[in-house]
Amino acid sequence: MRFLLQRTAFYLFTAWAAITLNFLIPRLVPGDPVQSLISRNQGRISADAIASLRVLFGLDRDQNMWEQYVDYWRQILHGDLGLSFTFFPTPVSTVIGDSLPWTVGLVGVTTVVSFLLGTALGVGAGWRRGSWVDALLPATTFLSSIPYFWLGLVAIAVFTGPGSFFPSSGGYEPGLVPAFDQYFVPSAVRHSVLPAATILVSSMSGWILSMRNMMVTVSSEDYITVAHAKGLSERRVALGYAARNALLPNVSGFALSLGFIVGGTLLVEIVFSYPGLGYQLFQAVGYKDYPLMQGIFLIITVSVLVANLLADVAYLLLDPRTRKS
Amino acid sequence: MTISPSSLDQVIPGQGAMAPPSAAPTRAKRRRLRYLANAKATTGLVVLAGYGLLAVIGPWVAPYDPDARSGDVLQPPSGRHWFGTTHLGQDILSQILVGARSVMVVGLIAGVLATLLSILVGVTAGYLGGAADEGLSAVSNVFLVIPALPLIIIVTSVVEQASDLLVALIIGCTAWAWGARVLRAQTLSLRRRDYVEAARATGERTWRVIGFEILPNLTAIIASGFVGTVIFAVMSEITLAFIGISSVSSWNWGTILFWAQGQQALAQGAWWWFVPAGLAIALLGTALALVNFGIDEFVSPRLRTGGRSRIRTADGRTVRMRVGFTPVLAETAVPAPRDGATGEDGRP
Repeated sequence: MRFLLQRTAFYLFTAWAAITLNFLIPRLVPGDPVQSLISRNQGRISADAIASLRVLFGLDRDQNMWEQYVDYWRQILHGDLGLSFTFFPTPVSTVIGDSLPWTVGLVGVTTVVSFLLGTALGVGAGWRRGSWVDALLPATTFLSSIPYFWLGLVAIAVFTGPGSFFPSSGGYEPGLVPAFDQYFVPSAVRHSVLPAATILVSSMSGWILSMRNMMVTVSSEDYITVAHAKGLSERRVALGYAARNALLPNVSGFALSLGFIVGGTLLVEIVFSYPGLGYQLFQAVGYKDYPLMQGIFLIITVSVLVANLLADVAYLLLDPRTRKS
Repeated sequence: MTISPSSLDQVIPGQGAMAPPSAAPTRAKRRRLRYLANAKATTGLVVLAGYGLLAVIGPWVAPYDPDARSGDVLQPPSGRHWFGTTHLGQDILSQILVGARSVMVVGLIAGVLATLLSILVGVTAGYLGGAADEGLSAVSNVFLVIPALPLIIIVTSVVEQASDLLVALIIGCTAWAWGARVLRAQTLSLRRRDYVEAARATGERTWRVIGFEILPNLTAIIASGFVGTVIFAVMSEITLAFIGISSVSSWNWGTILFWAQGQQALAQGAWWWFVPAGLAIALLGTALALVNFGIDEFVSPRLRTGGRSRIRTADGRTVRMRVGFTPVLAETAVPAPRDGATGEDGRP
């Protein structure tokens, strides 16, 4: 319990740091990109929206830093992230609310699946060190060195086209209304196959490698030799003794590298025009839509923190030592 | 306190520090060459050297000006344009050759900056301990958990048309956390070793203990962290260019992909537009990763993929070699052991 409380405190601290970063970045940079956005849209924005943007991006120069900071927090806690200019005049929170399920569905599921699959393959590769499996390691290195988005481009070029089963862009058939029915769900699944496969191929090899290396390290421990000497079956030693202990560093590695992985997988959405956060971020960059960019950064950070907390719970279940004391 | 093997061989005559001085140079040389004996590391270094050469001479050997337009619009690879042309008739080979410099320079600057920061934070935290350690570790953990790429994107996007140098600085300032964490852990285990205690006891200053006793033992970890950061920096730079945040007027491989994506190269079947740039990135990433594997295996020999793991013995049986086992082979074709003293398959 103490472990979880500590971790939660740390994540709260991180969330605070991220929000403060978000507060500071537009204030440290010279020039007022948002001011020019507002003046370009003069007359189309309501006074309320202008006031909220002024708080978010620090356009009120007469206030001191501390007052700005307090105002900023008040507004963030009310869920007001400003107006999106890409989807004018929709609030940023609505845009994010619409695209979040897509990203959680695609990136969340593929990240977990790639971790599980990669770890399982790594157990095999590490246990049979020196067999033909080792020859595959350079290939996985090559695959993991390819940028996610480029693999996506190749996948589109090879697998899509007129008459192909795989659509090349979008999250569902245009014309369908998002709902859980027999038309929408199969279409959404069909659109997610290629992006998911792309993410799987390029993210899995990292897990294979780290798990293999942990297995190799663990399998020379004394307790493995003892387990063999007891006459336990090969399978039991591999899974119950070696893999179980090798898994722990991999799980904590998973939690720590989530931030990196999520950043990479967002790019896959861009290539496939998948209606998730990554694609919105891309569009926001194109339109210089700072409120949307900052909002997306905040949401991604918070999601990664929540995922980290879940990984910590998993760690707690796997490692009895953390439950003691 | 345990006696580590390295302190043991210093007192055994004929080995370690007590060895006759003439043997020392050859030993050192062999140790330096041992890293190169690793096939992975050598391959990686050779490929890297090739990229380094391209970065230097690329703009000079490029057959065309990468910006120059010509009448050959969207041509597939041919003798005149080895990698084909773009929608404006620009030569793609020239764009890749010219872009290599930007990619390598950004990777190098960001890598050096991030490595320096990670040494500063990690080693200080590990060596000093206490409140300084708590604070510095918290900062590096925060940077680890915050998604790096979105952070780099929002920082870079606020600056209009960021230059290569600025992109490198931004990446370097956000990518040091992992290295700092690893260095801290290693420093923690080093700082209680005998030779460090001895240095401290003789009254060496803190910076000297860190610089001359601790840092040399962290070389491999620092090197591997550096290589890892370079990979990350190169990928981030290319990504930024690909989504059009950094300056699109200077060439790097991401810029090529940016134009290819923007001009619907895929829909027009112009595979030559994006395949060479992607392969160049992947090959560079693989070379860097191989160098890192070499370092890892150099540091921890267990990770080396052993030679053959199955050995056929004289009597035709096969024995699988494994870590932690010492196969003992029976001398002849195993007559029924009379006194039952020898083990069958040699398990200890």
